[in-house]
Amino acid sequence: MTGALNLLIGLAMGLNLVALASSRLPSVIHAAALQGMVLGVLPLLLDHELHGLVALVAIATVAVKGFVIPGLLRRALRVANIDREMQPLLGFVPSLLLGGAATIGAVALGGALPLLPEHARSLLVPGAFATVVSGFLLLMGRGKAISQVCGYLILENGIYLFGLLLIRSMPLLVEAGILLDLTVAVFVIGIIMDRIQREFDTLDTGKLTSLRE
Amino acid sequence: MTAALEMLLRLVAWLVLAPLIPGIINKVKAWVAGRRGPPVLQLYYDLAKLWRKGVVLSTAVSPGHVAGPAVAWVALVFAALLLPAGPAGAPLAFRGDALLFVYLLALARFCTAIAALDTGSAFEGMGAAREVSYAVLCEAAIITALLALSLQTGSVSLTTMLAPAAGAGAALLAAGLFVVLLAENCRVPFDDPNTHLELTMIHEVMVLDHSGPPLAVILHGAALKLLLFSMLLVEAVLPLGELSPLSATGALAGAVLSVAVGIGLVESLLARVAFRRVPLLLTTAFLLCLFALLIVWKGGHL
Repeated sequence: MTGALNLLIGLAMGLNLVALASSRLPSVIHAAALQGMVLGVLPLLLDHELHGLVALVAIATVAVKGFVIPGLLRRALRVANIDREMQPLLGFVPSLLLGGAATIGAVALGGALPLLPEHARSLLVPGAFATVVSGFLLLMGRGKAISQVCGYLILENGIYLFGLLLIRSMPLLVEAGILLDLTVAVFVIGIIMDRIQREFDTLDTGKLTSLRE
Repeated sequence: MTAALEMLLRLVAWLVLAPLIPGIINKVKAWVAGRRGPPVLQLYYDLAKLWRKGVVLSTAVSPGHVAGPAVAWVALVFAALLLPAGPAGAPLAFRGDALLFVYLLALARFCTAIAALDTGSAFEGMGAAREVSYAVLCEAAIITALLALSLQTGSVSLTTMLAPAAGAGAALLAAGLFVVLLAENCRVPFDDPNTHLELTMIHEVMVLDHSGPPLAVILHGAALKLLLFSMLLVEAVLPLGELSPLSATGALAGAVLSVAVGIGLVESLLARVAFRRVPLLLTTAFLLCLFALLIVWKGGHL
């Protein structure tokens, strides 16, 4: 069971780097969506007896993170008519190297933390740290609003991964609430992106740094 | 006496077999494109032809110009002697030969680049600059891969490092080393061995001013390097040390052949990547090898 779990978390950590390295916005969205779906399946592997609620939350997570949110982002992409991140604030090679360093640092840190014995052998904690850092890197290093939303999604994936540590004691209703919050947040960001697009005719957030009348 | 004879035989085997690999790759490419293609032995004919020709030297070159390709070739042959050939083992093996292997490859590259700079052509200087700037990332990847193997087996000798399989990170290591193989040998996603378009060449542009026997030595050295990297990739991934000698030899030959076919397929199906995207691809290869190292390092605890 731990083997399959670690394999899936390793896949999610690889998808972090795919998102950091790709300059095409559809592939960044694709990586974030795939990561959300991979992590959505994890509660099924973690829980020994299969509750109906766990299955429901897993299905909802896969549906929302894998289909609803990417669908919204792709629609925004189509409306804005852009395809590539041309001038990122942080280049693709440096962000890839930083992401790799974060992954290694997360594994080293995960080994140093005093974890419960059942979590010590899993990649849950390193995966969570690496995913959170990758999400922050995307949020900080990209200029286009859509890449930043993907960074936000990846950041949330990391927090979700961390929350899986507490799956025994935390009711899954909390997870469901977070999922709802996330969808609402992406809706709001979608509306903001629409406003930016109408006002400036671009999705470059660099335009938002100067105040105007 | 027998030891010297055996060494000589292995050397001859390396030198004779090396030009087969480019022939196989070209055959695969021709087959995918629906052509008949040049014969598999084409490189042997080319080498024989070049060997009979005279040398034309630019007036700008220094007297030691011909030494560049010669030293590079000798360094590659020496590196080939360090690499174990499956169950037969390596003719030269000692503690720490993995480090010497890396340095010999670097020496060969340095000599080719310095000979290119020596011609005084700005064009060849550009090719040398590209070659060495890509090499920075390639060497980081290959050193990391060797480090992963060495950490896993607890040895710094290529013979013991390459005998077992690469363990859990084998897939990562194979992917990383394959990308490095393509970059080091100037194959398609990085450089097109067929074009002579001025702006896209890396390796070809460095050897434009060589002719006759020095060019033959360079071409043979390139084929040798290709065989060297294919063998390294195969031996790093397959557990050749655990098979019986006969099946290990068969597996090694089959796997090297499939690597050559794989290179041919990659060349047929992929286009060259844009020049500024190459560092990203090489960084990916480096990270793949780095994660293989990470799995070896932490694998025992997970």
